[in-house]
This record gives sequence, C-alpha cells and structure tokens, in this order.
Amino acid sequence: MGRNIDRDLSRFKNIVRGRLRKDLRRYITHGEMLGRKGREVVSIPVPNISIPHFQHGPKGSGGVGQGEGDVGQPIGRGGQPGDGPGQAGDAPGRHVREVEVSLDELAEMLGEELELPRIEPKGKDTIKSKKDRYTTVRRTGPESLRHFKRTYKQALKRMIASNDYNIDAPRIIPMREDHIYRSWKSIPDPQANAAVIYVMDVSGSMTDDQKEIVRTESFWIDTWLQKQYDGVQTRYVIHDAVAREVDEDTFYRTRESGGTRISSAYQVARSIIQREFPPDAWNIYCFQFSDGDNWGEDNNECIKILTDEIIPHCNLFCYGQVESPYGSGDFIRELRKINEEHENLILSEIGNKDDIYDSIKTFLGKGK
Amino acid sequence: MPISTHRALPSDIAAVQDDMQQIAADYGLDFFETIFEIVDYEELSMIAAYGGFPTRYPHWRFGAQYDELMKGYSYGLQKIYEMVINTDPCYAYLLRCNAMTDQKLVIAHVYGHCDFFKNNAWFALTNRKMLDQMANHAARVNRYIDSHGQEAVEEFVDACLSLEDLIDPHSPHIKRTEKPVRAASTALEPRKDPSESDGSVGRFPSKDYMDAYINPPDVLQQEADQREEELRQAEESRSFPAEPQRDVLLFLLENAPLKDWERDVLSIIRDEAYYMAPQGQTKIMNEGWASYWHSKIMTHHGLTDAEVIDYADHHSGTMATSPQRLNPYKLGIELLKDIEERWNTGQFGPDYEQCDDLYEKEHWDKHLGLGREKIFEVRRIHNDVTFIDTFLTAEFCHKHKMFSFAYNDSSDYYEIASREFDEIKQQLLNSLTNHGRPFIYVTDGNHKNRGDLYLNHNYRGNELKLDYARDTLVNLQRIWRRPVHIESVIDDKPTVLSYDGKSHEMKAK
Repeated sequence: MGRNIDRDLSRFKNIVRGRLRKDLRRYITHGEMLGRKGREVVSIPVPNISIPHFQHGPKGSGGVGQGEGDVGQPIGRGGQPGDGPGQAGDAPGRHVREVEVSLDELAEMLGEELELPRIEPKGKDTIKSKKDRYTTVRRTGPESLRHFKRTYKQALKRMIASNDYNIDAPRIIPMREDHIYRSWKSIPDPQANAAVIYVMDVSGSMTDDQKEIVRTESFWIDTWLQKQYDGVQTRYVIHDAVAREVDEDTFYRTRESGGTRISSAYQVARSIIQREFPPDAWNIYCFQFSDGDNWGEDNNECIKILTDEIIPHCNLFCYGQVESPYGSGDFIRELRKINEEHENLILSEIGNKDDIYDSIKTFLGKGK
Repeated sequence: MPISTHRALPSDIAAVQDDMQQIAADYGLDFFETIFEIVDYEELSMIAAYGGFPTRYPHWRFGAQYDELMKGYSYGLQKIYEMVINTDPCYAYLLRCNAMTDQKLVIAHVYGHCDFFKNNAWFALTNRKMLDQMANHAARVNRYIDSHGQEAVEEFVDACLSLEDLIDPHSPHIKRTEKPVRAASTALEPRKDPSESDGSVGRFPSKDYMDAYINPPDVLQQEADQREEELRQAEESRSFPAEPQRDVLLFLLENAPLKDWERDVLSIIRDEAYYMAPQGQTKIMNEGWASYWHSKIMTHHGLTDAEVIDYADHHSGTMATSPQRLNPYKLGIELLKDIEERWNTGQFGPDYEQCDDLYEKEHWDKHLGLGREKIFEVRRIHNDVTFIDTFLTAEFCHKHKMFSFAYNDSSDYYEIASREFDEIKQQLLNSLTNHGRPFIYVTDGNHKNRGDLYLNHNYRGNELKLDYARDTLVNLQRIWRRPVHIESVIDDKPTVLSYDGKSHEMKAK
C-alpha cells in the first residue's frame, strides 16, 4: 500500500518541477547549474515554494534575543531572524530548496522549451558495436565454462547407447568427447555515436564573463546531445596564437593571453577528427566560441581548412561569437561569406547572457 | 487511528512508561491516557509533516514538509525527538533508534505536555477527538477530489490556507451576539423613531418669544436635510458587518459566493486552524512546562549513573539559546523555575515590590513554600502573552541577558535595540501577540456598494510584507470573486492595496 505521504511528496515534486520548467529560461541564462553536474542528476536550486499569508515585513519588526552584546550591535541580516520567539525552534529556515533532476529529464525540458527537433543521427546502420551473449554451446572451450548438466547428459546418452550403463551401479564417467562448453554469440548492437569538439578562444580579449557564457552554453548543448546519442565523446580545444587539446577542467578554467590565430585551432580539430573519429562512423559536432578577433592574415587559412576538411565531415559546425569589449568581431563576417554554400555551418552572435537561450535554439534547431 | 496496526511497545520501554507515568502522577500531573507508539524516522517525519495526525487530506505542503524533515535528518542537520498530539487519549511517538536515555527523557517530557493539554484553559475547548475529525476531513476532501479533480480542489485549498491565520483565536472563549446584524437593517430603525416626524429633533428648549432666535427655522431645516442625507447614504452603502470582524474566514463562509464543496473545504481549513491555535498561543508555556517536568523527573528519578552525561548533553542541546531566536523551551523552563523560586521565598506582592534595599531583596525569604502550587496555577490559566506579562521581571531579563532587537532599515541588519526591561517586555509581548502576525479585520463586505471586500490591517508600527500581501490578496479574491482591498501603512503612509482579479493597485489613502 502506498503511503499517503508518498502521494503528497510526488505531488510536491511535480509542482517544483513545474516551477522549474516555467523558469527554465532563467536557469539557462544564468549559470546556476554549472558545477552541479553529478553523474546522472543535477541539483537545481529552486526558491522555496510557500503559501503566502498576510505577514509582517522587516520594516518596523524586531524581537527578543539572549546573549552578549551592546546596544547597536548587529545580530543578523534582514530577513534572517524568525518572525518572533513564538516560532523559534520549530520554524524551518527559509532556505533555497535543491531539486534533483536527472540530466535526461533536463534535456527533455530543454527540448520542449526550445522546441528543439529530435536529431536524426546519421550512420545508424553503419556503426555497430557488438555485444556478447552466452546463449549457445560448443564442444570446445575452457574448463571454467564447462556445462555440467549437458556434459552429464551427453555421457549418460553415450553410456546407454554403448551398453556400458549398469542400472545397479549407475556410474557415469564423462570422456573428453562428452564435454560441452558454454559459448557466446555476438549480437550486433546498432549505435549512434557522436563526437563533440568544443573550441574556445582564450586569448587576452576573452574576459571571464565571456567564458562564463561559453561554459553555460556548452553545458546545455552537452546535455541535449547526451540525450540524443548513446555515446557522446567530448573533446576540448583551446587556442590563442597556438592551440592545444585539453581536458574539460582546463577548458573551463584557463585564462591565457596573447594573440589569436584561429587556424591553429582548426588544425587541432582536424587532426582530432582524422585520428579518432572517422566521419563515416561518427556524428561530429563542432562548437567554436570566440570573440571574433582573429589575426587578419590568418582568415584565409581558416576558411580553407574549414571548408575543405572540417565542415564536410561535420553534422554541424557552430560558431558562436561572444561580444567582447576588446575584440573586433570580424571573424563572423568572414564566415558569413561562406555561409551560403554550407548548410551545416551555423552562426550565432551572443551579446550577453540572455542571448544564450536563443543561441542554443539557433544551433540545435535544425535537428542535425 | 494509529498509523498502522498497533504495535505493542517493547517491554523495556513499556516498563519505563509505567514508571514515568507513576512518578508524573505522584507529582500531581493530571493527564489523559497516553499511548506511545514506536516508529522509525521515516514514519516520524511523515507524522510530523501531517502535524501529528496520520490521516490528512491530500496536499502538497505535507509532502514539502516531509521532504524537508527527511533531508534535514539525512544531512544530519536536525532531528525530531518527540511528537505528541492533543487528543484523548493522547498519542505520542517515540523514535526507534533513540537510546534508552532519550526514550526516558521524551516519555517524561510527553507527560508534561499531556498534562498541559488537559488542564490549560486555552485548550479547554479544543476537540479531543481531533484524530477522527481530521480523518473525516480527509474523507470529505477526497470525495471532492473525486468529483472535481485534484487540481481544482488543491488550488482552492491553497487559497484557503493562504488565509488560514485570519481567525479570531479568542472567539471560542467569548460569547458574542448570536448573529451579526446587518448595518443596513439597523439603519432603518431611526426613521421609525416617532420623535423625528414632529420636528422636535435638534430643537433647543426655549420660550415662545425667543423660539425663532434660538431655533431658527432655516437652520432646523438644514439640519433635517442633513440627517435625511446621512440616512439615505447609510441605507445606500449597505455596509456590513456592523463591527469590524476579525474572523475573516467566518465572514467568508457566511458571505462569499462559494459552491457547496468550496464552503465545506473552507470550513475544514477553519476548523483545523482553530484546533491548532492554542498551540501557537502557548508555545513557551507548553514547552517550558514539559521541559520543567522532564528535567525534574529525570534528575530526581529516571537517570542511572551511566546515563547522566547523555542526558545532560541532550537537555542542554534543547535549551541552547541564540542571539537571534528566543528558545521557547529555555525561556519557559527558566520562567517557571523563577516563579517557583519566588513563590517559595515570597518574593512577590506589594511588600517585596516596594522594598528599596537591594540586599534585602536579594535575600528575601519568607519560607512560604508556595512555588509548586503557584506553577500549577500558572499552567492552568495562562497563555504565553499573559504569562510573560505577569511574570517577566527585570531581574530575570538581566540574569538571562535578554535584549530586544530591531530592524535597521538603512543597514538591512537586525541590531540590538535595548537592554531596558520595559522595552524588552514590550517587544516580547508584541511579537507573541497574535503569534507575531498582523491583526486584520473585515470592515466592509460591500465596499462602495459594489460588493467589494474591504479589510483593515490594524497597523502597530510593523509594516506588511508587500509581495506576500499581494499574493494573499489574489487568493482572497479567488474566494470573494469581487475586487478585494486591504488598508494598511506602507512606507509610513496609509495605503490601500487592491486586487480586482486582473491587476494589482496601490493607492495612498
């Protein structure tokens, strides 16, 4: 029998989730969830849901306390002490409640909220991983896999057939040819795999604010792609004048300075694709974030690598240009020139945090 | 109805209960039969979330409460030790995983509560069969959910709960006029007054020849017109109730355009609010009384040598004070001890009050031995407000380092405001009165003769929290269906907040 409290609890959780869904846009644009990524669930702080009453505000309020201190000494911030001693002790604090939501569910909400189409993965048929199942038997194998019952039956059959079986002394002696071993069959397991390469400009002109934007957006893109594919491999590339592949932590935390040479990053991305992700077997996504400030002579080189060796292999190549007080923002113009020819090149300009929402929609709205 | 089939207490705890019951009775405590159940923490949290009653109507706030209790427990932030409800017989819950010392402490504490429930005057009119009543409420609400849907009912319950504290906790103890009379009908009466028709109203006695001077006809006429006008207005306005009414929920029950099921749900919420009210009114006394007795019983009878440290640890944990919150357990027990001490030594009455010699005052002892008797009397007749008002002394405040604090608007900090006895006492009484909640009255159920509802916040220096007030107005409007207004003071100016079902409005009065 389900307890009543479970019913009330799930009802409450639904309400909280509804609240979360309603305010998802706010959560998306503020990086409140980042760093909260657990293995499969994230905790999201949601303002406590309470029933409103007519009650006193802080203005003109006060109370009685106990302890040391002189007149005029502050004892707590506004809104901190309880409504009065009448409620002391048993009054729950007005803290923020953390709701645990699985990443799947979050992706679902994001999808509904942004009206993202489901992605049609390519290569569903071509990519196969194999799984082994122990469903059959063989005449040879390691002793550890010997099928005792079948071996016994086989020996029994043989002895009866050869008239060696004595009903008064039923001794069964299996011989080498009676042995039967468990064995496996390989079952093809169709799988859609995705590789995501994040490229970020960490040159001097990218401030912490901009990195925060990149971080937030990457989180949401990651969440969505994880939901769409069985196995998502993520690679991170940072660059200033030179580029290198880094781990997730470094990607988010590095602050470097120096000039900008975007082609260096493209070279690294190209080599990652060539080395690890054969394009006919992988759904490849590239997300590049930069303030658009590139070393002028480098642009041609960039376009060349991009059009010849990266874009043709990618499901999507997304370029998000974060507005920066320092950057010139030229690079997006270069890309716009080739935008016509490449359907899977998506450009987005991110002015501030509030644009993250629309930017995600632009990037993922094509269903590729 | 227990939460599950009744499980007999383990024999060792049952033995402790028998002991404790006997000791408590020997001290003169007088309680209903008390039934202890032993539960695990999940069950205890569930019962606590339901306010002590195992069967309640479905509502998400119980789930929220449960979630909070369970989380607090699993993160090691808090732990409920005891739970007892005011019914006959009293039900109390013990936590299975507690050590024997704690079980003893809790059992002794519970007998203190039970005695208080049974004997304190403010609990006299509560329904002692509330367990059944609550279960009835649950059944009724469930029926409405079956026929009107969970969403609809829950939404309405939310609206009612938002107003649940707008009751008059004193009303059960007062016999009022049988039925509130509508102002409009009383307004009709003066017209039938015979004195009015003969034109003698407003006339000064005078001699004939002076009459035209003392009672000039045009002035008389003017006054008569004015009266006529007032009468007409009074009739037109049809304001009711005649007197401001504090029980807003009752007013809504009688006058709001509710469907039958809605009216019933509102009356359920109101019943439960009235049942719970005395617990809010007597928090300090009730906890103080129970703590007084657990400490008395444990230190004089209950403890073995091995248990002393544990007991002292847990007792002092319960009594811990903090600068921002007055601990009702601590204040209650100390005040009761202080009273006992004063009446034992005779430190009360005019002689003592008027004594100027501090040395003599401090060593005042008439060996009266009236302390025990006095605290029993106190537990019978007082609630928190009268308790503090009568027995808080300057010496006590000083000894316990009490201070009053106030909100400083400019720094957004609460600051220690005073260590003067009068101010501390005043502040304490303020925050205890009406459980620290604002006083709100219905003043007009037909405001501007348009059927609007007009409430008045009885402003006493503490302003309403605006966002909450607005949300509450929305809920009020949901029930009243016509525009609703509340008059209060905001930023030191009299202001009327209104909500008409679509938009909020804030106007200076």
